Amino acid sequence: MMWEAVFLSLRVSAVATIVALPLAIWVAHVLARKSFRGHALLNGLVHLPLVLPPVVTGYLLLVVFGRSGVIGGPLFEWFGVTLAFRWTGAALAAGIMGFPLMVRAIRLGFEAVDGGLEDAARTLGASEGRVFRTVTLPLIAPAIVAGAVLGFAKALGEFGATITFVAAIPGQTQTIPSAIYGLLQVPGQERAVVVLVVISVTLAMGALVASEWLARRMVVR
Amino acid sequence: MVGTPYGGAMISVRIKKAFADFTLDVAFDAPAGVIAVFGRSGSGKTTLINAIAGLIRPDEGRIVVGGRELTGVPVHRRGLGYVFQDARLFPHMTVAQNLCYGGVHDRVRLIEMLGLEGLLDRYPAALSGGEKSRVALGRALMSNPAMLLLDEPLAALDSLRKAEILPYLERLRDEVEVPMIYVTHDMSEVARLANTIVVLDGGRVVQSGGVADVLSHPASVSLLGLRDAGAVLLATVVAHDVQDAVSVLEFEGGRIILPGQIGRIGKNIRLRIPAQDVILARVAPVQISARNVLPVTVTALQIEEGAGVAVGLLAGETPLLARITMASLREMELVVGAQIFAIIKATAVAPADRG
Repeated sequence: MMWEAVFLSLRVSAVATIVALPLAIWVAHVLARKSFRGHALLNGLVHLPLVLPPVVTGYLLLVVFGRSGVIGGPLFEWFGVTLAFRWTGAALAAGIMGFPLMVRAIRLGFEAVDGGLEDAARTLGASEGRVFRTVTLPLIAPAIVAGAVLGFAKALGEFGATITFVAAIPGQTQTIPSAIYGLLQVPGQERAVVVLVVISVTLAMGALVASEWLARRMVVR
Repeated sequence: MVGTPYGGAMISVRIKKAFADFTLDVAFDAPAGVIAVFGRSGSGKTTLINAIAGLIRPDEGRIVVGGRELTGVPVHRRGLGYVFQDARLFPHMTVAQNLCYGGVHDRVRLIEMLGLEGLLDRYPAALSGGEKSRVALGRALMSNPAMLLLDEPLAALDSLRKAEILPYLERLRDEVEVPMIYVTHDMSEVARLANTIVVLDGGRVVQSGGVADVLSHPASVSLLGLRDAGAVLLATVVAHDVQDAVSVLEFEGGRIILPGQIGRIGKNIRLRIPAQDVILARVAPVQISARNVLPVTVTALQIEEGAGVAVGLLAGETPLLARITMASLREMELVVGAQIFAIIKATAVAPADRG
């Protein structure tokens, strides 16, 4: 049960980060560079999971993505896809909870990029897409790494929304935090709890060290 | 306005752009070659070339370069090279990658001409200011632009670095033959590089035309300011006097002796003669320390605000410009057509003004 929880947590967090990252880059770009009506609304919406009680986020996920939910209903009817009480649902909850952290870190990166360099690329004949690929993205790479690590760490530790949306089914939706919580409810499981806690700390530290190393390799010379 | 509209203009600009506290309202035509856009800071120079480059959108107007209408064309399709004052090299790319970003036109020759061979593997952070400028020049030129826009490319450099870059710019002008718009507030750069000058003040063109015409026109003294007014003439080095450490230069209206060894014999050099360093005399002075005394004809007298008078002169066919006081004018009883003498102090022609 212990190792199941560890591997499930890793899988859930990795999938949540990988799927959310491109979307976070896009939203960060929009928030940093574009001015439009509804800018404040989008900004608020993105940050909502950060300020809402996680249980409320989990409940809202259940309402929206549950089998009879606004999105969950059609998803099940047309594609036979269920999110609630599945590991994919855990990934969705983890991704949504980590999303604001990713967007914030990446947005700071966009705002720090010297627009003059992008102008220079344009005068050299680069289209908007090429400017983004060859100048903007490489310059914000450290911010993207930072955002991804924050999102991943948040996903690893996510508890409230996850347990509300997908419960804690061993092997299905029981991640490290819900496993620790479950073990704490039963006497005589202190040893397993300690192991999981050590694994948690190791994973978090590992992610930080890896991001530091990556960011240093990508740092602008 | 000095000068007439050019037939077959290389560039034709009509731009209006209103800002909160400033309005750019500019119209000029100019032939190919180097067009200097001259003006104080805040006169609208950078706004003007940013509009030509497409980086800002004018409220109204037309921009035509080499017969191609650029109005409304997106920046990356304009085919213009832009050398920014701060170089703007991509910090995450090597010099070689920076150079090739916009294309590899004339790659080998440009790398040789700009002396970039030894820099190709370096990153911009490891370059000096002068090296950055050269890489930025090369990068813009390798994109094979229809015209090169330069926004005070030397302003960020100290005078030693300027002296290092100027010969490269001259070589580009003479050998690559890309038309350039060169924004500057330094008259010596104008005199040295440009064929055409557009003078901006408060967002408007106050004067435009050929450099020799504009700079030697009496009206330019009040427009350019006392420090910057002065005729430019083209002279040829004819001799070096090693013993006296002077160089003898000849132009169509006479000869000029300058200190130091300048260029090689036969080299054509532009000299800027500041108006305030030209002394006038009714009769040929004798036993005078100044070595350059030119017989000239007075062509114009323009009284300025204050006590100054701008005097247009002709040495042979070459226009010169002097500035004297009202008192001198009365005492000398100068009139248009008078045959007098202009005395030029050799040291007045500063090294930066020779080229």
